[in-house]
Amino acid sequence: MKTFLSVLTVLAAIVTFWYAACVPMNIKGVLDAAERAGAEVTPATSKARRDLGSFGLVAGNTFAIADTFAQDRPRLPAPHQVITELWKTTVMKKVTSKRSLVYHAQVTLNATLLGFVIGTGLGILLAVGIVHSRVMDMSVMPWAIVSQTIPIIALAPMIIVVLYSIGVQGILPKAIISAYLSFFPVVVGMVKGLRSPDAMQLDLLKTYSANTSQGFWKLRLPSSMPYLFTSLKIGIAASLLGAIVGELPTGAVAGLGARLLAGSYYGQTVQIWSALFAAAILAGLLVALLDLIEKLVLKRMGMGS
Amino acid sequence: MNTQTTTQAQPAAGATEAVVEAKNLDLVFPTNDGPVQALKDVNLTINKGDFVSFIGPSGCGKTTFLRVMAALEHPTGGTITVNGMTPDEARKKRAYGYVFQAAGLYPWRTIAKNIKLPLEIMGYSKAEQDKRVEQVLELVELAGFGGKYPWQLSGGMQQRASIARALAFDADILLMDEPFGALDEIVRDHLNEQLLKLWARTNKTIGFVTHSIPEAVYLSTKIVVMSPRPGRITDVIESTLPRERPLDIRDSQEFIDIAHRVREGLRAGHADD
Repeated sequence: MKTFLSVLTVLAAIVTFWYAACVPMNIKGVLDAAERAGAEVTPATSKARRDLGSFGLVAGNTFAIADTFAQDRPRLPAPHQVITELWKTTVMKKVTSKRSLVYHAQVTLNATLLGFVIGTGLGILLAVGIVHSRVMDMSVMPWAIVSQTIPIIALAPMIIVVLYSIGVQGILPKAIISAYLSFFPVVVGMVKGLRSPDAMQLDLLKTYSANTSQGFWKLRLPSSMPYLFTSLKIGIAASLLGAIVGELPTGAVAGLGARLLAGSYYGQTVQIWSALFAAAILAGLLVALLDLIEKLVLKRMGMGS
Repeated sequence: MNTQTTTQAQPAAGATEAVVEAKNLDLVFPTNDGPVQALKDVNLTINKGDFVSFIGPSGCGKTTFLRVMAALEHPTGGTITVNGMTPDEARKKRAYGYVFQAAGLYPWRTIAKNIKLPLEIMGYSKAEQDKRVEQVLELVELAGFGGKYPWQLSGGMQQRASIARALAFDADILLMDEPFGALDEIVRDHLNEQLLKLWARTNKTIGFVTHSIPEAVYLSTKIVVMSPRPGRITDVIESTLPRERPLDIRDSQEFIDIAHRVREGLRAGHADD
């Protein structure tokens, strides 16, 4: 109950700040529109208003404050505008409609999941190699780290162009960008997880003359599960980010990334924000789902907290 | 420097067959601070059915010697044979079971499945695995607990399960590295008593590392006193206590005398460093 109240307080603070920010952010647009409609505003000319700061405008035109929350294309949409847009584009639209956020989210989700599967698989394979081979440990790990220092926004178009030139298009290029972001946390987590059995555990297996593969399947892999799940939760969020970034340079017509891009082309800020929220909600759901699976699996394995 | 007292008369054939024989054993660990002599000129014979305790302060090499027997460490000088073979060969022949200080049960396996771990690795059949699990659980008085998970058992029960795991395959030698070190004294007394019963029933040869003088005297037929820097044997005491030992034997004069000799040996080891 106490936690719930704290969470609620923080949420209320954010929403209040957001509403407060809408006023100075949007006041100029509101006043310009009001002037065009024939209303009396101070100062009277657009140029004079530009020279005066936002807060000065708010102070001089308090009548316009209410309108800053209700513009068509505000600089900063108010929370209720975003929520209304989200409602209209999810619940009120058929999911097959091109204007349904559910449709766009599902396009992005497909690429996210495919990329997540590729990235996780690759990450686990690399981790297994790194743990069992000193050469791989020394040669792969530095490259894996370097790979994450390159801004994905710079790399994504190149990946798409290169893949397009060899005839790969559609969902796969997006998935590969997803995988590029999600393999790394899996590598790092799994290397740590596969190395987590202590010396005593390894000695015990040695006294049974167990071979490497028995050690892997019976001890190392089960021991790594808590680490794997932590990595997967980071990985799936990174995957979603990768899929969205992958949609930007292609001029994709569907997907949350495409929604963001279209919104910014046409100044549809409400659409941008609702796509952002859709992405955040989707990421939250995916992480929550993995969290649930983690709890069930670890409890089943006797490793739950 | 070795005050060896294993100078028994020539044993009657078959009666006291040597299981472990170490001659002039040396082990040097290379470390960042230069080489550390973990074992120096260790000579020891362990006979079949012996209960041998290794006692001494930290760094005296008692655990190291146990690990050498188990082929977890390799000596840098001298020779050691286990059942007439090198420790590595003996391990492949499943000559010994090893019990560590921590039970080290896998939390994701039930007790029965934990005991099956060595059996799976060694390729026993399913039916054979089940039979042996049943047997060893009986042996450590954990019958009926096979389906439980480790966290459902107390620390003492977990350690018994780990002993059962070491007994599951037919190793003649049981090597125990401070197996009860992490348990409280009451539980430890109880487990010591149980261990003696188990030893009597199975006729295993047991190597037992401990910090505790009463534990060493109560359990052993032979007490090896060791001292550090370099790790070496300072005294080997053949216990005169009978094999049948109720807990209150610890109040007997004989027990106190042996404990006294162990304490003297430990003090002597410290005096010359």
